[in-house]
Amino acid sequence: MEFKLTYKPFGNKAILIEWKPIINEEILNDIILFKEKIKIEKTQLFSDIIIGYNSLTLTYVAVITNFSHKVEELKSIYNKESFVISQENFIWEIPVCYDLAFGIDLKEISKVLNLSTDKIIKLHSERIYTVFFIGFLPGFLYLGGLHSNLYFDRKPNPRLKVVKGAVAIGGKQTGIYPSNSAGGWNIIGKTPIHFFDVKKANPCFAKAGDKITFKPISLDEFYQLEKQLEKDNYIIPKTLFND
Amino acid sequence: MIKVLKAGFYSSIQDRGRVGFASNGVPVSGVMDAFSADLANSILNNSLKDAVLEITFGGCELQFLTATNICISGGDFSPTINKKPIKLNANIKVEEGAILSFGKIHFGVRCYLAVQKGFQTEKILNSRSFYQNITKNTRIQKGDLLPLDKNISTKESATSSLKPIKSYFENSELECYKGPEFELLNHQQRNILLTKNFTISNNNRMGYRLNEIISNSLSSILTSAVLVGTVQLTPSGKLIVLMRDCQVTGGYPRILQLSEKSINRLSQKKMSQNIYFTLKNCLS
Repeated sequence: MEFKLTYKPFGNKAILIEWKPIINEEILNDIILFKEKIKIEKTQLFSDIIIGYNSLTLTYVAVITNFSHKVEELKSIYNKESFVISQENFIWEIPVCYDLAFGIDLKEISKVLNLSTDKIIKLHSERIYTVFFIGFLPGFLYLGGLHSNLYFDRKPNPRLKVVKGAVAIGGKQTGIYPSNSAGGWNIIGKTPIHFFDVKKANPCFAKAGDKITFKPISLDEFYQLEKQLEKDNYIIPKTLFND
Repeated sequence: MIKVLKAGFYSSIQDRGRVGFASNGVPVSGVMDAFSADLANSILNNSLKDAVLEITFGGCELQFLTATNICISGGDFSPTINKKPIKLNANIKVEEGAILSFGKIHFGVRCYLAVQKGFQTEKILNSRSFYQNITKNTRIQKGDLLPLDKNISTKESATSSLKPIKSYFENSELECYKGPEFELLNHQQRNILLTKNFTISNNNRMGYRLNEIISNSLSSILTSAVLVGTVQLTPSGKLIVLMRDCQVTGGYPRILQLSEKSINRLSQKKMSQNIYFTLKNCLS
């Protein structure tokens, strides 16, 4: 697939690179590859590199004095043959308890969509989701791959508090709240896994390009895992995969 | 150490922020008015990276359990040491046991307390800036002990001070660059955006909402990066100027991008004050 990229200045210290405005894994992989090439070639020039669904934003350490010159530099990096070893990507298995005690919106979704809660859980936990990027909150993964039968509008009035670990559906997306936060998504379960841990050198275990699966667990298993995690005694099951 | 006797309205430890963690969804944070914070650190001969206390509208009361030199810059909330007025933008020696407090608000929204060698609170992801779920605290509380550097040798107070630049606080022009979605605005929308005065509504370290409405025909964009100083046009037609604690991504059209100078200037403005946007020359 050939991609047509556009380059725009974003203030005087950043450049926004955009792909076609669609959500697509080939685009994601192209964005990640470009990011990796930039990191190898010119990493010292940048203070941050931010991925969006169809964009890569590069914030420079220094003010950009010559935009077109920078764009030429970036284009030549993009066009370099890919000599880089692609980043290692993992499928992470995330335990989720879909018990009604946590899945406080399951009944409502079940009623509106005319699906049993078991069917909702099945549809939600048998998919493999792609991590497009992290945003909104520290450790919040933007996931692609929700089954279209589970699309469900956000709540008109967001809850003031959604608990950390809540697994939820918002429109065409599903996600996990990495910390207590206000939020308008519909909650279907809870995971004991920490998606953002400042005590770790790498506070998020997952990254753009990784995949996530959800494994249903019981309430008992949830509390047991929670204890294990408290003692840092649990390793999230992961499998290496390459496209 | 500095002991917090009264927490005041909203005060937090800030430095130049958490740069390089946006791909984990971590906001930059850092001092809202970097110009004033830099001034305070410079007057003390500190590094510009040293952490300061950002004090919103005063109100707090702090006791120095260790002698040090301080400098306060930014907004003027009538600071006193042991009830004696002190000057802004001056290097001032503070004895052990002295109490810093604030009084009447003259101008500005935030002032910066710099101490010799900077505050030494916990450093997480390369920054001491307070932020929810990253640092233990999001603001200082009564009874907190704020650690200072252990190797401080105080100097006599300087006899000179820099006069606060009043125009810095009075000027309501915000210089901007075109945002990535600026070109999607029609002629009328651009005209309103660049000629009208806007009134500041609710605001905090995450962002400044503005009251006036620009009829908005633009649809949302696919979630993409936003930066400190990005001006978003929301579906209701109201504008939000994102500030230091803003999220790293968003889905509203990004119609303007404030210059660094304008971000600093805006952070000294409060509710119901006016601002207007002007466009800087495009980058070549």
